[in-house]
Amino acid sequence: MTAVAAPSVASLVQSVDWLAIAPPTIAAVVALVVLVADLFLGEHRKALLGWVSVAGLAAAALALLPLLDGDRSTFCLKTLKGEQAACSYTADHFTLVIQFLVLAGALLTALLSITGIKDAKNTPRALPEGEFWFLLLSSAAGAALLPASRDLATLVVALEVASLPAFALVGIKRDDRRSSEAALKFFLSSVTATAVTLLGVSFVYATTGTLHLTRIATALTHVDGQFHTLAQAGVALTLVGFAFKTAAVPFHFWVPDTYVGAPLPVAAYLSVIGKAVGFSGIILVTVVAFPSYADVWGPALAALAALTMTVGNVAALRQQATRAYSAVRLLAWSSVGQAGYLLVPIAAAAYSKDADKAIGSTVAYSLMYAAVNLGAFAVAALVARTKPLNRISDYRGLYRSRPLAALVLGFFLLCLAGLPPGIIGLFAKVTVFSAAVDAGLGWLAVVMAVNVVIALYYYLQWTATLFRSAEGEQAVQRIPAPLTAAIGLTAVIGVVLSGAPQMVLRFASTGLF
Amino acid sequence: MIDISESVMQFLLALIVVGPLVGAAAALLPAPPGLKGKSPDQAVLRHGVTVTGVILVAAIVLALGFDHDHPSKMQATTDISWIPALDVRIHLGVDGISLPLLVLTALLTFLCALYSYFKMPAGPSPKAFVALILLLESGTLATFAVLDLLLFFLAFEMVLIPMYFLIARWGGEQRAKAAWKFILFTLLGSVVMLLGILLIGLESGTFDMVALASDNGRGLSTSVQVTAVLAIGIGLAVKTPMWPLHSWLPDAHTAAPTVGSVLLAGVLLKMGTYGFVRILLPVTPDGMHTFAPYLAAFAVVGIIYGSLACLALARPGAKGDLKRLIAYSSVGHMGFVLLGISTMSPTGVNGALFANIAHGLITGLLFFLVGALKDRTGSTDLDTLAQQGGMALYGKAPRLGGLLAFAAVASLGLPGLAGFWGEMLALFGAFEPAADLSRPAFLTFMAIAAFGTLLTAAYMLAVVRRVCMGPHEAEAPKLADVRGYEFAAWTPLVALTVVGGLWPAALIGLTDPAVQKLLAGGIQ
Repeated sequence: MTAVAAPSVASLVQSVDWLAIAPPTIAAVVALVVLVADLFLGEHRKALLGWVSVAGLAAAALALLPLLDGDRSTFCLKTLKGEQAACSYTADHFTLVIQFLVLAGALLTALLSITGIKDAKNTPRALPEGEFWFLLLSSAAGAALLPASRDLATLVVALEVASLPAFALVGIKRDDRRSSEAALKFFLSSVTATAVTLLGVSFVYATTGTLHLTRIATALTHVDGQFHTLAQAGVALTLVGFAFKTAAVPFHFWVPDTYVGAPLPVAAYLSVIGKAVGFSGIILVTVVAFPSYADVWGPALAALAALTMTVGNVAALRQQATRAYSAVRLLAWSSVGQAGYLLVPIAAAAYSKDADKAIGSTVAYSLMYAAVNLGAFAVAALVARTKPLNRISDYRGLYRSRPLAALVLGFFLLCLAGLPPGIIGLFAKVTVFSAAVDAGLGWLAVVMAVNVVIALYYYLQWTATLFRSAEGEQAVQRIPAPLTAAIGLTAVIGVVLSGAPQMVLRFASTGLF
Repeated sequence: MIDISESVMQFLLALIVVGPLVGAAAALLPAPPGLKGKSPDQAVLRHGVTVTGVILVAAIVLALGFDHDHPSKMQATTDISWIPALDVRIHLGVDGISLPLLVLTALLTFLCALYSYFKMPAGPSPKAFVALILLLESGTLATFAVLDLLLFFLAFEMVLIPMYFLIARWGGEQRAKAAWKFILFTLLGSVVMLLGILLIGLESGTFDMVALASDNGRGLSTSVQVTAVLAIGIGLAVKTPMWPLHSWLPDAHTAAPTVGSVLLAGVLLKMGTYGFVRILLPVTPDGMHTFAPYLAAFAVVGIIYGSLACLALARPGAKGDLKRLIAYSSVGHMGFVLLGISTMSPTGVNGALFANIAHGLITGLLFFLVGALKDRTGSTDLDTLAQQGGMALYGKAPRLGGLLAFAAVASLGLPGLAGFWGEMLALFGAFEPAADLSRPAFLTFMAIAAFGTLLTAAYMLAVVRRVCMGPHEAEAPKLADVRGYEFAAWTPLVALTVVGGLWPAALIGLTDPAVQKLLAGGIQ
């Protein structure tokens, strides 16, 4: 009896690879620590919470170092002989790169937020500090969990952990009608999208009988004929929730109002980490789980990509420079356009023999985009300190008053546009183009080329504004240290990558899975 | 001519490409103690002259060390891996085709820096001006020196931002609109070009221009070549500019400051034709064969169109702007270059390369002269200048008038000056195009282009008559004649125009072997 019982008891207690799950776990634990500490800290010590969060995110990012081999997985099913291994959490290279992107992005957001919260203190617009940091860290923990998830349940849970705190973050400006409205809009549309995704997941589960991505991939190759349509519908519906997070058209309408209503650092967070969550989910679902249904999601994603970039860029083009919040609006719409470029290689993965390489292009592009977009938001946060309306016309003459900030913002915008001296932006676009051309998606490459030109127009117009002569003299304030650190860090990353693009582009030539 | 070791040559070429870039960054920093000069503005303008001067010296030494017995061989080559993921290599080298263009670029930029040191265009601080000029120089020099397709694209794009700001910040009337038109046209072209480059690179598996040239299109199917030529050709044709994609050029030239016009006409336009010769001719010969007659047709339309536009502008009462007139004449001259390229014969291509250099020298000089005229009279409007009978520049400022007449005569292609040989060789090439091109079509093109030379002569002489000649009025105010720094900036151009006209073999001897090799695909 005992000899039989012992293994079954051992199988009930899973051995957990704590090192592998350290990055999201540290972020989550620090989130709780901050929430509790908030209760015991006096009003004048609250600033400490911000620095604890920054340290926590840095520690979580450092926890990636021991995992660099990329061969750990945990929460595995007990496999019988001849059966495929199935794990719920895998820390392969893809996971590590996206986790780094998420945690580093959250770290930069935190640096921006420290200044933002300090500036708002003792004004009617003050933000509740403990809650803010808790929400930011929990969302980051969810976003870091998502790329590691390898079953649909974990994936959806991670998606929700990343999203729910984000709704609250958007609405965190108390007594601000715009902020609450944005949060409500964001919440309602997001919940609908998640519901649709869950429906898709249930269809897939019904047809395959498993939730693990690798097993779904095998099971989908021999679906019963009469379930074929169900499986197809499941595949298509599952993508919706992730497309929503990526802000792909037609799931994009929440973006501009949400970005404008949210505190600026939160908008920056959504534009980078929110997108990373969305597209890494799409990659996992499409390339890992549904490779045999490439004929369904390939054309769908290609159409989505073309629509997304066109709508985003045209809307960004139509922003009037003198309208209130036009700078944030422009960044919001341009981020929709950029989401379109991110989707191109994923769509190409459906057509190409080497799907891994195509995915690598998306990852490389997103790393570039994360650095320069956060940088652009950081400079926008700097300008918003003296000009809270944040119109593009407020950037006129920035070169005169703050030459370095203007040069750096110009560099970021040219990186986003993909024009020298933003060399990394140019080559990141080249990898995306080459993924499309390689997969035979010539029409998508042409659509993207047209979009690149449209985007160049408004990015350049903004850049040119920076160097115009200003209308009036303005007092130059000292820039707070965290903001300087955020701008400096992103600028250094951008410049170093422009000199050595191989650092991120290598993902486009090697397999990440 | 002189023996320089290979490693020094490599260093020189790398310096020529990177030097201006470093100089541009240094121009933005405050001047170090000891180099402060009289004022910060003077110090930074002097910095510009120094850096471009060093680059010019390096280019001349490179030209002297170049093995003139083997101009078809790539020399001073560097080949380092930069982005393995995209297979981008920092591959530099010069041969007989790129060497003259490198020297021309270094020379014109130096002369522009020298000219601005004494006559800074009106606008914001000279600091940014010098940095942009140096950035522009680095981009153009890199375009002529790199041998990797993606790097070529990078260099090609690099000149856009500096040129945009030069026009938009230091230009004349309508500058903002002209600068936008310039950048949007060229960007639209270059994005399409990028797609063509990627197509070639992905289909053949390499972006290396030398390897692709020696393959001579063998690894590419005809349909790929046709698509690639169409895509890349559009990008290059916008830059050249080829009719009907030229409409940005007159506006940009009219609005640009003098040195901007000189560099735009003298150097930037050459990047387009250089791309045709360096990339499309050797890499995609089949695609070029398909499009050559169309290219030639557009080229001759450009010649006639440019000349007619100039004639219309030169008419009394047309309110013709001299800068705009020279810009249109550039469209015509570049038409001859394109005609030479489209013949795909060694004679035609050599003629195209010769006309390239000659146009850079002569049109550069013309823009300098018109700029000087504008400084003195405050206008470039022909009617305002000429008033009733003519401006009589010969009487008011005899040396300036003489130079203007010289440049105009050189531009219309007087035998004995540099403008003649290029156009004549291009016409010869059209007389006998490559074997499988339709000879009757090219004979027609040749006849039309030859008629274009007559029209060119007509409007150039009309300009000379209206500006230089006129009724002699004793009490008319004298204009300041050519100043010392103007002499310094213009003499090299005049001298080289004469040398090029009297001794064309010096240039053709360099280009011919390289052209033969490119057309034959590396088999000699």
